[in-house]
Amino acid sequence: MSTVKVDFRGTLGHFELNARFEVPARGVTAIFGPSGCGKTAVMRCIAGLNRLADGLCSVAGDVWQDEKTFRPVYQRPIGYVFQEANLFPHLSVRRNLMYGHPATTGAATIGFDEVVSLLGIAKLLERSPRHLSGGERQRVAIGRALLSQPKLLLMDEPLSALDQMTKDEILPYLERLHAALDLPILYISHDIAEVERLADQLVLMRSGAVLASGPLSKLQADLSLPLALSRDAAVSFDAEVVGQDAADGMATLVVPGGQFLLPAEPLPPGTRRRLRVLADDVSLALEAPSRSTIVNVLRARILEIRSQADHRVTALLGLGDDGEGARLLSRVTQRSWHELGLQTGLAVYAQVKGVALVRREDPAA
Amino acid sequence: MNLHVSADIWQPVRLTLELAALTTVILMVVGTPIAWWLARSPAWWKEAVAALVAIPLVLPPTVLGFYLLVALGPSGPGGALASLWGARTLAFTFPGLVIGSVLFSMPFVVQPIRNAFEAMGDRPMEAAATLRASPWRAFWTIAVPLASPGFLTGAILGFAHTVGEFGVVLMIGGNIPGKTKVLSVAIYDYVETSQWAEASVLALGMVVFSFCVILTMMLIEKKMTKSAS
Repeated sequence: MSTVKVDFRGTLGHFELNARFEVPARGVTAIFGPSGCGKTAVMRCIAGLNRLADGLCSVAGDVWQDEKTFRPVYQRPIGYVFQEANLFPHLSVRRNLMYGHPATTGAATIGFDEVVSLLGIAKLLERSPRHLSGGERQRVAIGRALLSQPKLLLMDEPLSALDQMTKDEILPYLERLHAALDLPILYISHDIAEVERLADQLVLMRSGAVLASGPLSKLQADLSLPLALSRDAAVSFDAEVVGQDAADGMATLVVPGGQFLLPAEPLPPGTRRRLRVLADDVSLALEAPSRSTIVNVLRARILEIRSQADHRVTALLGLGDDGEGARLLSRVTQRSWHELGLQTGLAVYAQVKGVALVRREDPAA
Repeated sequence: MNLHVSADIWQPVRLTLELAALTTVILMVVGTPIAWWLARSPAWWKEAVAALVAIPLVLPPTVLGFYLLVALGPSGPGGALASLWGARTLAFTFPGLVIGSVLFSMPFVVQPIRNAFEAMGDRPMEAAATLRASPWRAFWTIAVPLASPGFLTGAILGFAHTVGEFGVVLMIGGNIPGKTKVLSVAIYDYVETSQWAEASVLALGMVVFSFCVILTMMLIEKKMTKSAS
């Protein structure tokens, strides 16, 4: 399988980088970590904007940098979306979009009209970038990057300079992008909500180093990583819609080892949606509760636990009688934990108070 | 005052315009790469080069003229160059004047272009590179248009400063009508020979010209700050 393989070590300015990971060259890979942990440095090295002498970078078997090779930026088939849109102020939106478009139209697989309609920028084409809102600018920047026919799209916190309303306006476009184009995307973010919504794979960074990389749901459920122990710890998984009650709108979505019911707008059966469950929203019971407002009570097994400094326990659960299904996190107080005599290996009922539908577009469509 | 003005006064005007135009063209060609390098290079010693380029700003023109006279004369490199086509010296010739003007007006061209390149920042060139533009293409399609006010300022200042130079010309050009006798020298000359009418026509012309230059510069600057905001 083709991958994006990266290994950068060394000092950039006064920054110590030790970043090494390999992820599938497919779907969205989020590079996640706190501000100043070197996410942008890694991305700039991949693009060739920064050069670490001791670096390795290959994309789908194509070597962009190794001991002997350093391909200059303009010879790498990338699209780069900066934090600030960086549109060319002296060119119209249309000419910005066409700047990186190959002169021979035969070489283009991502078409102008397609991008313009995907990003909803048809009305802006003849305008100057000076007269665009922040969100419009960023959409044009994404379109400009796409039209250069990249084999890898690099997005450096493309939403961080925008306010929440504008973010909400752009996120659906990013989801459509993900669904409509078969283009691997590396996406930098320090916002876990954004990551849960967009990412398939995750590269977790901390102070210049890569802590772990892999599928999002796997890393979220790894108790040895800071994600599972953070305040907003959660797991997300892609679930299949199997039915919906027309009367009360409750949709049934199946994941390995269990199913979730949640109220939703009409969801076509057979499609996939991404669900997210916060660890704080999952409580544990030894017996099936008989009368409760909690809709989702799932059989699960405790696989692993981690006590925390705040007198609480985070438990990793496997859904199903055998605990072989999807992974779920639960966070309960140490007192409840001991009173119920909970321990690793025990079969429990996981009561899920809240399930969020985080991705509306079907990633498989 | 005698209102009859000698027709000769147009000769120094034409010569001055030729000199200033040629100097400006050469400075744009030579000054742009220097300005680019000063704006973009990480070399620690680049400010030393910048200072060297800027020296004519503070040096008495006669000092520059003196060294040029030595350099262009029969025993200097200019003389060696001149011997290629059988002349003895570059001093007191039009090519000599051009060399002197280029050096003398260099800071007025390099500085605004460098400032414009620096004001642009790294990002536009980086964005262009990520869009598959070679450095050459990015330079012409992004850097030059974005720095165009700097180029315009540099060209106008270089031209105007060359028109107004006196000390250097006096040292290395002498006063040969049609060859090295430029405006400022001509005015001096007319005053020396009490041809006040000719002197005042040229002087007034220079005042008007200078006013137009400064006004244009101010308008460009205003437009620049407006588009930057």
